[in-house]
Formats: sequence, C-alpha cells, structure tokens
Amino acid sequence: MPAQINTAKPKFEIKLGAATREAFGRTLVELGRENRDVVVVDADLSKSTMTTYFAKEFPDRFFSCGIAEANMVGVGAGLAMVGKIPFVASFSVFAVNKGFEQMRIGAAYGRSNLKVVGTHSGISIGEDGPSQMSIEEISLACSLAGFVVLAPADENATKGLVRAAAAYDGPVFIRCGRPKAPVVYGADQKFEIGKSIQVAAGTDIALIANGLLVAQALLAADLLGAEGVSARVIDMHTVKPLDRDAISRAAAETGAIVVAEEHLVDGGLGVRVAQAVAETNPCVMEFVGIHDRYAESGSPDEMLEKYGLVARDIAAAARKALARKR
Amino acid sequence: MLESYFHMAKSIDELQTIAKRVRRDIVEMITAAKSGHPGGSLSAVEIVVELYFNHMRIDPANPKWADRDRFILSKGHAAPVLYSVMAERGYADAPKGKLNTLRQFGSVFQGHPDRRFIPSLEASTGSLGQGLSLGLGMALGSRLDARPSRFFVMLGDGEIQEGQVWESAMAAAFHKADNLVAIVDYNRIQLDGFVSDIMEIAPVVDKWRSFGWHTVEIDGHDFAAIEAALAEAAGTKGKPTCIVAHTIKGKGVSFMENNPKFHGVAPTQDELKLALQELN
Ligand SMILES: Cc1ncc(C[n+]2csc(CCOP(=O)(O)OP(=O)(O)O)c2C)c(N)n1
Ligand SMILES: [Mg+2]
Repeated sequence: MPAQINTAKPKFEIKLGAATREAFGRTLVELGRENRDVVVVDADLSKSTMTTYFAKEFPDRFFSCGIAEANMVGVGAGLAMVGKIPFVASFSVFAVNKGFEQMRIGAAYGRSNLKVVGTHSGISIGEDGPSQMSIEEISLACSLAGFVVLAPADENATKGLVRAAAAYDGPVFIRCGRPKAPVVYGADQKFEIGKSIQVAAGTDIALIANGLLVAQALLAADLLGAEGVSARVIDMHTVKPLDRDAISRAAAETGAIVVAEEHLVDGGLGVRVAQAVAETNPCVMEFVGIHDRYAESGSPDEMLEKYGLVARDIAAAARKALARKR
Repeated sequence: MLESYFHMAKSIDELQTIAKRVRRDIVEMITAAKSGHPGGSLSAVEIVVELYFNHMRIDPANPKWADRDRFILSKGHAAPVLYSVMAERGYADAPKGKLNTLRQFGSVFQGHPDRRFIPSLEASTGSLGQGLSLGLGMALGSRLDARPSRFFVMLGDGEIQEGQVWESAMAAAFHKADNLVAIVDYNRIQLDGFVSDIMEIAPVVDKWRSFGWHTVEIDGHDFAAIEAALAEAAGTKGKPTCIVAHTIKGKGVSFMENNPKFHGVAPTQDELKLALQELN
C-alpha cells in the first residue's frame, strides 16, 4: 500500500539557505584557523568563489595568480607537493576546463593532495550565459584516475564535504553553485565521502540526485506521493567513488531509478549510476539532465525550467520509468 | 555595391556624439538587466565606435561579406558596448529597440556575445584569453585566400594574464600576421581589484614588443589617436600590431570611473539617473 506509506512522509518545502559557494568560503576560513597548512590559490574570482573571506584573514596563505586558471591549478599541485593542503578555486568551467591537464598531471597522475573547488556550476548561474556555465566538469573530473568528486546539495552538505575533503589525503574536486540553495539538511548531519544519504524513504522508485536537484527530487517525491507512488530519494553527493551499495539496493528494492543532475546527461552522475546498476541489479532507468546543448541567459529559475531540471521533470521521468517497469 | 560600408569619414564631433549615445545605452541596458559589466564596457567605447564607424571595412547590410574586416571582443563581458555599437551601426540582428532586454530570457542580447543569437557577431566569447587565437586563425586563413580583410581583437588588461594570450602573440609574430591587430584596454582594473594588486602585467608595451609585435601606445579615449594608431597598424608590414590603449574603467560616469566596484555590478535606478545626467 504505497499510498499510505507516502502520506506519512512530511512534505518538503523549499527554504533557501546560503549558496554552496558561500558555505565553502566560510568553511575554508574555519579550516584555515584549525590548520596552518591550508592555503588558497585564486584566479581573480575570490569575490565570487568566496575565497575572499580566507584572503582577508590569512593574506599570507592566499596566492593570487591573476586570470590564469591553468597556472592556478599547477601552482596548487606544487603547494600540495611540499605538504600544504591547497584549495584552488574558480568558476567550475574555468577551473576544470582550463586546468584539466594540470589536474591530470599535477594531481591525478602526479599524485598530490590538491583540492579543486568549482563554483558557479551548472546553468543556475543564470544571466551570464553558457560561457560561464559548467555542464561538463563532473564528467571531466570523474575521468581523472583517483580523483574524488563531490557535489553538495546545500550549505550544511558543503560544510561537511569541504571538511571531509580537507581531511582526505588525495585529489578532490568539489562542485558548488552560485544561487542560494534550498536547505536539505540540519546542521548536525554527518557527511562521509562515498556514502550517499537517503533523504526520503520509498519503495516504488528511487530518485537519485545531487547538488540543487536533491531539493527538486524531494519535491518530485511529494508530487509522486500524491499519486500514490512511494519514491525513495537519495543524495549521491559523492559522484566518485560511487556508493554502489546504496545504488544496487535501490535497484533491487524499487526496480526503477531516475537520476537527476544539473549537468550534461553524457558522462555525469546518471551514466555512472547506470553502470553500477547494470553491474549489480539491472532495472529500468530514466535520466534528467541537460541533453547535448548549451543553455542561455535568463534567471536561474528560467534556466532550470527551460532545460528540464525541476521537480515536474523528475516526476515525469519517474512516471515514464514506472510505466516501463510494469 | 557596398556603398554603405567603410570610411564614412566621420568627424570627431560626430564620433563623440555617437560615443555619448553608446554610453547612455550601456548604463541603461545594464541597469535594466540588473546585472552586467559597466566598467569595462565604458572604457572601450571610443575604440569600438572608431572601429565600427570609421575604420573597419564592413557592410552591416551584408554582414557575411567574405572580404569584411572583423572585430573580436575577446573580453566578452563588455558585450553591452558591442551590442550598442552594432545596433547604432544598423546590424539587423542587433535591433536597437531591444537593447534593454539585455540578459533577459529570450533576448538576442545574451550576457556574453553569442553567435547563436546574433550571427553578425564574429565570435562567441566570455571565457577570457581565447580571442587572439581565433583572430590569428582567421587572419592566417584569410591571408591564404589573398583576402584584404583585417582582424581586430580587443583584450582586457586583466585578460592578458592568461597564458593563451602569449601563445597566440608568439604565434602571430612568427607567422608575420600583419593583418592582425590586438588592442589592449589598459584600464588597470580587473574583477577583484586593481591589476597591480591581483597580478602585475607591466611593462605591457615591452612584453608585446619582445614577442615580436609592433606597438603603439595611445590614450584610448582620444579618437584622433585611435585613428592614427589604426592607420599605423595598417601601414605596418611583416608583423602584427598591438595598440596599448590607456583608458579609464567606467569612463564618462564620475562615480564609476576608476572604481573597481563597477567592474561587474549594475547601477541602481538612482545611479542610472545620475549617470544619464552626466552623459547628457
Ligand atoms: C577564463 C576566465 N576566467 C575568469 C573569468 C571571470 N572574469 C570575467 S571579467 C574578469 C576580469 C576581467 O578583467 P579585464 O580583462 O581587465 O577586463 P575589463 O577591465 O576590461 O573589464 C574575470 C576574471 C572569465 N570570464 N574567463
Ligand atoms: Mg581591466
């Protein structure tokens, strides 16, 4: 009786918290106070990535590289090689696309403890348009051997995962966003690299999401609940290494999975989950993401609506999956 | 044919009148958009006006004319200055009446120059550091076809911190691309503050010269100087020319001038009123 299970589920309401980039900037200052080895490298975007807080408090541990992201990433890798814990930050699209080869040679292949933080990820930056939007970097970062890839959903997740990244010995990419993010977690929630979080229980279908789309997936679960469908929602904040246990369990227990991400469907969370599903408990799947195109200028909400990244789209994908499951 | 195009031989008075209208457009459109980059748009006004109204061989009625000169706004965040000048110059795909839809959903006036929306734009830019490579490629290809076209790439002074700029600068001199002109908008401010506090780039002229470029240093708000520099570039054979244009970020609006805050912040309605008074 899925309908009954679901009516017991509290309705998710959007309450905006801090942007994940803001939470990153604040957490970085805490880390800086706790550990003198934490250093920051910037490429003329500290007021946007919010590393400006760190720069103010620790000017001698903040290295400006100018508008030169490849150099920024390489310098970060070098700092790691002498024992520092460097956080290099820019817009995702510049940090990863321009610093990709440096991430590969300096941090992945070259083995260093580099933390790359990309802000203004996805298309929810809005008005600036595609040249500043990042819809490829999860795929790129996941293709680097040994990299940990994180995509926090809200301020609390960002705080927890930035701390986990600092404590972890090895290269990490963290995806943050520009707009205020809906609050998904309480301040006491624990976050562990590689361990997904079930944010809503359900048995008919599993909605797996990360970043801003976790909140949309929760809204979608409520839409589906009203139709008598019990949807499990999983926050897959770690895209790599993937929580294969949670995925195979979801596949086995629900038999239908929708993956939703603010990223190209090619090479993002969706295909990685699909791989894990195919290898464990094959089931029907649908994918919500950006399909082989670039977005445009507009408000963040207009972007998410037009490019099919809101609760309605996730619910529609779920109905499609459920129809195929039957 | 092509009567409408080049060397409309505008007087400096006429150019100044156009520049003033363009400045008004810039502050109006960015205010309406509630986001955007006024400072670097205002610093580039005279140069872009001079290129489109007095120097480039272009025909707005025939924007895909193969032998045209081309302008690449490598510092794509200054899109408003280019949109306003193209509208003023009569490009049909950059309609003047729509300037105030800048950055809004569905507008052709995207946050950064976007060829999907305005085909008359020569390049989609916004990721700094790439325009000079594009300009060089265009210059080499068109030289191969013995076309008379010349190529003008405008760079920010912060932008030239990107390594790719110097890779293309080296290559342009190596290939003796004398149909290529780089123009550095040397306004001394980038996103996070003054260039000298973020990453010093001086000595700028020496850098370009040592990379094998002919250089000209000018006041980038002086139409006569811009005209003379572009003429000098046209007459320079065997090497590309870099025009280092000293400018004032936010030029024309007192409270924006030399003020890092107005790199990427839109004026409020009150600020717009003040700005328009000054630009009357
Ligand atoms: C590769 C890249 N890195 C960062 C940015 C973000 N950004 C936009 S404008 C800007 C500062 C540009 O300064 P400058 O080149 O001096 O331009 P201007 O002063 O003419 O506005 C930065 C860092 C970008 N657009 N592209
Ligand atoms: Mg500048």
